[in-house]
Amino acid sequence: MSKPRVKVPKSAGAGDTITIKTLMKHKMESGQRKDKDGNKIPRKIINFFSATFNGEEVMSVNLHGAVSTNPFIQFDMKVPATGDLAFKWVDDDGTVTETSKTIKVS
Amino acid sequence: MKKLLSTVACGIAAMSFGQAAFADPDNNNLTVDGMAISTDVKAMADSPLDKLFSGWRFRESETQALQMDDFDNPSFVFVEDGEALYDKVDGSEGKACSSCHEDVAEFKGLRPTLPRWNEDKGKLYSMEQYINDCRVDRMGAEKWKWTGTNMTAMTSLISLQSRGMPISVATDGPVADILSKGKEIYYTRVGQLDMSCANCHEDNYGNMIRADHLSQGQVNGFPTYRLKNAKMNSIHGRFKGCMKNIRAKPFKPGGAEFQALELYVASRGNGLAVESPSVRN
Amino acid sequence: MNISRRKALAFGGAALTVTLVPVSFAQAASEEVMKAAVDAFTGGAAIAEGGIELTTPEIAENGNTVPVAISAPGAKRVILLASGNPNPGVADFTFGALAAGNGSTRIRLAGTQDVVAIAEMADGSFAQVAKAVKVTIGGCGG
Repeated sequence: MSKPRVKVPKSAGAGDTITIKTLMKHKMESGQRKDKDGNKIPRKIINFFSATFNGEEVMSVNLHGAVSTNPFIQFDMKVPATGDLAFKWVDDDGTVTETSKTIKVS
Repeated sequence: MKKLLSTVACGIAAMSFGQAAFADPDNNNLTVDGMAISTDVKAMADSPLDKLFSGWRFRESETQALQMDDFDNPSFVFVEDGEALYDKVDGSEGKACSSCHEDVAEFKGLRPTLPRWNEDKGKLYSMEQYINDCRVDRMGAEKWKWTGTNMTAMTSLISLQSRGMPISVATDGPVADILSKGKEIYYTRVGQLDMSCANCHEDNYGNMIRADHLSQGQVNGFPTYRLKNAKMNSIHGRFKGCMKNIRAKPFKPGGAEFQALELYVASRGNGLAVESPSVRN
Repeated sequence: MNISRRKALAFGGAALTVTLVPVSFAQAASEEVMKAAVDAFTGGAAIAEGGIELTTPEIAENGNTVPVAISAPGAKRVILLASGNPNPGVADFTFGALAAGNGSTRIRLAGTQDVVAIAEMADGSFAQVAKAVKVTIGGCGG
């Protein structure tokens, strides 16, 4: 899998609500498409996404085949203190991709 | 509502002196990460159009919104791919693009002038040719397919450097004949549906063709991310798709016909701001 | 519109050929499948209205990439269902304490249909909202 893209504010005030944007490059083969011979192309998607702050899960998503190519996920969260926001994507084949960003809270 | 407006517009058009049915692009303003980019401009005196509108103005507001933030804009996954390719050593000479062109920003100002006459080669050159020339002649690498993902990633990256600058392709001198050829193609009906580019993009921009809101068919936004195929699309790739829709046998991407058409269509948009990499349906 | 018969036929022809283009999705999931998806989430409990917002375009310019957003402050979980897709499940959100209870993503819709969002609120009750989204086959797919 390729490098994910995440947009996380570098800093925030304690207790602020911030917006997080993430994008993972992935075809998201839904399992509905057929090849030239009429056979269904097997499903292969990112089926799980999670965001964890200082070890505590903020939110997670179970994705199905109806999520578009290059899954984009945006959400808001409260940021209580300085910490690391860790992101995880899991492919149907078990591959896990992770990245994280630090948010400094004044 | 749009259908009603276009019917009314058609009615008004019918009353006026054979002027093409007036467009109803919306009046939204494009800003990208806060930077304003103009999406319309008065056409030049010799243009068959009064006012030029970017394709952005004909899209639904949700599609427009996708282009207004460089993170939300799905093109940037591919721009990043382009950045990776730019630094990637490829070919017998052990070079990457960045070995000679240290900073891709040096390509600012290139996109608005293309396609243009290449004096050394004695022919019209599109961006794709300049890239392949470098790869083959100077990097000892293989040509990239004109409409392939590597090429569109690179043309997205290079075109981005000129975002906001007005298209200004030369139409005189050595390209004049090619321009005429392109113009002829633009106005020639083809295919089972027997339609020319002009039938939709000059005579009916602003109207609905089934559920598509027809634009003026400008290329200022190319390469463009299309919602339809979730990837970057080149100008010739889009021309090919259009011809297939008319049930015509399409010209070859990279071939003389599409190059002539690319020049002519670009010239119809002279003055419009480069929006690459844009988002369209 | 004052168009010639020939043009009308041509436009109609374009329409016909576009509908014959092999679209990847089969027909929409049955009502039972949709109900099963809902029941799997709610356990058959009653579902109220209010407390959850769903933002969708009125007209999806292309069914391949439709931006949608849900917002249910205080909710523990929210599921998004597409009643007209072959499989109704789209995305299931789980919210922790720090989450604001909203999320947006881009989804595929096989055709004009209702998109439904159901939230399990903090107190275990359920709330839902549905929006109709028109998904059209354009005339100039290219």
